[in-house]
Amino acid sequence: MGQPSMNTLKVTLPESADSQALPQGNIKMSARDVKVFYGASEALHGINMDIYENEVVAFIGPSGCGKSTFLRCLNRMNDTIDSARVTGKVTLDDQDIYDPSLDVVQLRAQVGMVFQKPNPFPKSIFENIAYGPRLHGLVDNKTDLEEIVESSLRRAGLWNEVKDRLDAPGTGLSGGQQQRLCIARAIAVSPEVILMDEPCSALDPIATTIIEELIDELKGSYTIAIVTHNMQQAARVSDRTAFFHLGNLVELSATREIFTNPQDTRTEDYITGRFG
Amino acid sequence: MNTSRVDGHTSQAFDADMNEIVNKVLDMGSLVTHQVEKAIYAFIHTDADMARAVISKDDEVNHLEVKIDEHCVQVLVRRQPTAGDLRAVIAAIKTIKDLERIGDQAKRIARSAIKAAEAGAEADRAFPEFEMMGTRVVRMLQDAMTAFRNHDAQEALQVALQDKAIDSDYESILRQNMTYMMEDPRNITRIVEMTWVGRAIERIGDHARNVCEYTIYFVKGRDVRHIDDAQIEAIVQGR
Repeated sequence: MGQPSMNTLKVTLPESADSQALPQGNIKMSARDVKVFYGASEALHGINMDIYENEVVAFIGPSGCGKSTFLRCLNRMNDTIDSARVTGKVTLDDQDIYDPSLDVVQLRAQVGMVFQKPNPFPKSIFENIAYGPRLHGLVDNKTDLEEIVESSLRRAGLWNEVKDRLDAPGTGLSGGQQQRLCIARAIAVSPEVILMDEPCSALDPIATTIIEELIDELKGSYTIAIVTHNMQQAARVSDRTAFFHLGNLVELSATREIFTNPQDTRTEDYITGRFG
Repeated sequence: MNTSRVDGHTSQAFDADMNEIVNKVLDMGSLVTHQVEKAIYAFIHTDADMARAVISKDDEVNHLEVKIDEHCVQVLVRRQPTAGDLRAVIAAIKTIKDLERIGDQAKRIARSAIKAAEAGAEADRAFPEFEMMGTRVVRMLQDAMTAFRNHDAQEALQVALQDKAIDSDYESILRQNMTYMMEDPRNITRIVEMTWVGRAIERIGDHARNVCEYTIYFVKGRDVRHIDDAQIEAIVQGR
């Protein structure tokens, strides 16, 4: 090893915004020209987006901008709305999720979802977690099932709080605990992607912090897309942030870029509170 | 993004907070520029009274720095600014640090002026150089604050480049002073004092350049410290 050359010591320009926006890794989900119609009205105008494995991508934007609509396209939740129609292509590991031969129940196990308001089943804590693995035939016996329940609750950071009362009703837990129960329920069926639609908006700041910490831990194993109205939350938890406005994807780049140096005036106006 | 501005928020109180930061920084810039102007004048004209006035006013500069810092902290806590707003607050916090240092340099020049007056110094051969260098640095400071006020990265770059002329003024004062010292060693104490004044003006130029770099950061969103002028120019031009 010789002396380091002067070149290695020279201060160079930081990487450009574009290169910072590109995460390392494989594309997990991909959307091409995705449009959503509610009846005759077009709510999403051709969204193109790649979501990378093990990243947290946050969707922000004013109410009615299409961020939740787009999130719901990623596991075909829009199918449950009669008037909704989706065009374009969405893939999970290069497989078209709108392929008519695809099993939607299986898709929703692979792409799990956590909603705004915690919605545990009116059953015991144990049954809340056990329901999915049983439905999907992931377990052969009670021991396996117990293992899945425990590991899911552990991953969701809830095990120590509920291990002595697994038979108690899930609805008896606090709001933050219920939301972690719902996350444990989503994890129990071994998803690859977890969609979160404002998962903390019904929670107090402490419960919110716990969920945010959890998101950080979960991204090691899952790919996470989160819709949030709380911009500081997007700044805290996500690797990349997508800004939606009036049914368009305006800007998608590294979160640190979006919140310090956004490239589109509309993004800047929104995140700095200059809209309307 | 070239449309940096600190107003236009849905919340008028946020606008007021941001405008207050900018206006206070401009006030501090104006005060410090006057301090420099007076200190250099006092040195050239051996005006001890004016020099003492500069020294006593430095407290006001320091006080402003603390007040603006406090206000910026409040804005960070209450508004959680992002993007251009965040950069404006960061640029303000950094700018006032450099302005405070400029104030210290003005005080240093004023002290030299008092020493010179007490030693009974009269107009010296080197003073036209000091006058030229002083005029340049005061102009540079004024222009740096104008670029900050106008959120003008192009102007900030042009002002930053003026620092080179001040550096070269200092070089020539140094050379000249060495000659004087060699000519007559009895002059050494006085010439060393003059050299310190030249050095102080040169440092003020450096601080003014820093202020320009913060303005470019605010407007362009890119940190241009410690990179060469061609790279800064490319950033300012958006290349």
